[in-house]
Amino acid sequence: MAATIRAVGRSSRIPLPALAAVSLVLITTALVLVFYVAPNDANQGFSQRIFYFHVSIAFTAYACFIAGAWQAFRHLWKRDPRADLQSYVCVHQGLIFGTLVLLTGSIWAKISWGRWWVWSEDELVLFLVLYLFYCAYFMLRFSLEPGPQRANLSAVYALFGVVLIPVSFAAIRLAKEFLHPRVFTLHGPNFGGWILVTYCVAQVAMLVLAYTLYRVELAGKRLDERLRELKEVFA
Amino acid sequence: MITARRLGKRFGDRRVLRGVDLDLERGGFLVVTGANGAGKTTLLRICAGLTAPSEGTIERRARRSELGYLGHEPLVYRELTALENLELYGRLYRVPERRERIGMLLERFGLWEARHERVASYSRGMTQRLALCRVLLHDPGLLVLDEPYSALDEAGAELLDAQLAELHGERTLLVATHDPARIDSLATARLGLAA
Amino acid sequence: MTYARDVAALARKDLLLELRARDTLPAMVLFVAAVFVVFHFVLPAAPSRLETTGLLWVAILFTALLGLGRAFVPEREQRTMDGLVLAPCDRSAIWLAKSLATLAFLAAAEVVALPLYALFFHRIGGATVLAVVLADLGICAVGTFLGAMAVVTRARDLLLPLLFLPLALPVVVGAVGSSVASAPGRYLGFLALYDLLFGVVCWASFEYVVAE
Repeated sequence: MAATIRAVGRSSRIPLPALAAVSLVLITTALVLVFYVAPNDANQGFSQRIFYFHVSIAFTAYACFIAGAWQAFRHLWKRDPRADLQSYVCVHQGLIFGTLVLLTGSIWAKISWGRWWVWSEDELVLFLVLYLFYCAYFMLRFSLEPGPQRANLSAVYALFGVVLIPVSFAAIRLAKEFLHPRVFTLHGPNFGGWILVTYCVAQVAMLVLAYTLYRVELAGKRLDERLRELKEVFA
Repeated sequence: MITARRLGKRFGDRRVLRGVDLDLERGGFLVVTGANGAGKTTLLRICAGLTAPSEGTIERRARRSELGYLGHEPLVYRELTALENLELYGRLYRVPERRERIGMLLERFGLWEARHERVASYSRGMTQRLALCRVLLHDPGLLVLDEPYSALDEAGAELLDAQLAELHGERTLLVATHDPARIDSLATARLGLAA
Repeated sequence: MTYARDVAALARKDLLLELRARDTLPAMVLFVAAVFVVFHFVLPAAPSRLETTGLLWVAILFTALLGLGRAFVPEREQRTMDGLVLAPCDRSAIWLAKSLATLAFLAAAEVVALPLYALFFHRIGGATVLAVVLADLGICAVGTFLGAMAVVTRARDLLLPLLFLPLALPVVVGAVGSSVASAPGRYLGFLALYDLLFGVVCWASFEYVVAE
């Protein structure tokens, strides 16, 4: 059993334990930088620091969805047998990080404007739409028996998602003209010096964390598959 | 025309086929037998290209236009008439001299009088005959028939006997049946599936 | 062009099926009228153009969902999708034909809905009509595609609105914007772009939805 876990975890080039360690180091560094080293924002003060997490997590979530769509494309085009599971895990990670985007965004809104939700933040609304879209992805996936049909349908839907990202963003921007006057604007801090360094570290940390979680979940799911196959052989 | 090696099929946790080998050469007549649940339908669906196997390989040297498939369902629209159904498939399969061929088949299978009635009003036997018309409409080189005798009365069964005898040797056939004795004389090969 | 002939043959089949059944279209018309009446009780006394236009599009969207949910039911219940998939025609023709048929029903429902809306609420301008045309194309293309996906799942008609609404959001924005903005050109252009983009994606990927 232990040998199987090791073998499954070793299926990619970078060993999982090393990856986890790197993740931990990066996250710790990022936390230190965000809370101790980066300067206070002129307007919003200490509470603005959540920006570092919010934006880096948002970017990571997009990266997950795009990676999921890429794996989906490989499943449909190249018929790679591993691509379906990889696509699913990417989308799953994207959804987890997407949840965090909405949470951190909500906290940021509360800190900045005193309300838990604002419709004026384009990126937040976009995430809400995508969140709903990818939740539907899961409902679709769980409503089908495992098999080629489920893999195909999931892959096609994941591709739709990636097309939806820019289209939705454009739609939300267009809608602002007749919905809300631009009252609240989001100013990122002026990137310079320690702010840039902190953001970059946080971003890399989030991406590595996402990749680590992806590998962990993928290993777990592959183990499940192997177990099922072994059960069959002995049945 | 069809070569399959070590075919297996799983639906979730349920295994339906395991390690099936199949060879069907041009002009052959392969009869597949097995009890209920042995996987005959799944095997035929894989051979027709409707389902992908979970394991194994299958090579099918026939284009979609050369394949005729008769499944458990008749694959006709109940709210359309027999004529409208055959017209649709005739167009999709680009059948030459469509009207004449449809008329000829309907007549052969005794459905000419009922051609303007909706399939919903047909008996099961008549629906099965219509399904046979649909399968034969484009004169396919490869016929995959899943229990073609089901629901047919004696007259219908005799029509099918005659049709199969006519096709024997001229076309390639893969037939799954509960009652192999009826077509045993035509079979060039047999495959039995264990449940 | 055989592709066009395939689409025509399939679309004819879909239109025939609906004309015989005579249930989806009357339901859509009745539904949209009932929804308007509900709107009257939900809106404030003198509703603005923006408010009523928004609700118009909600009505159209849900009326469309009603029709879209039924689109592939014959193929599912009678397993006739196998028959269509086995045919030598391009699989995308199945999607295109079904979309066109659904478009016809939606348009027929709107022929009643739009005058009714004008009667109950606000007059409709040319930009709105153009927006309806463009939006319908997008709604039917994407909705039919998703309908084919939803119909093979366990959840079936539960799933279609969930799959469809996030994707329909840009259409709603474009359509409402066309009606209320002073310069509708951008919104109409956006709708056209949506139709083109998702039309191509649907056309290219329908093969994978129906075949294994």
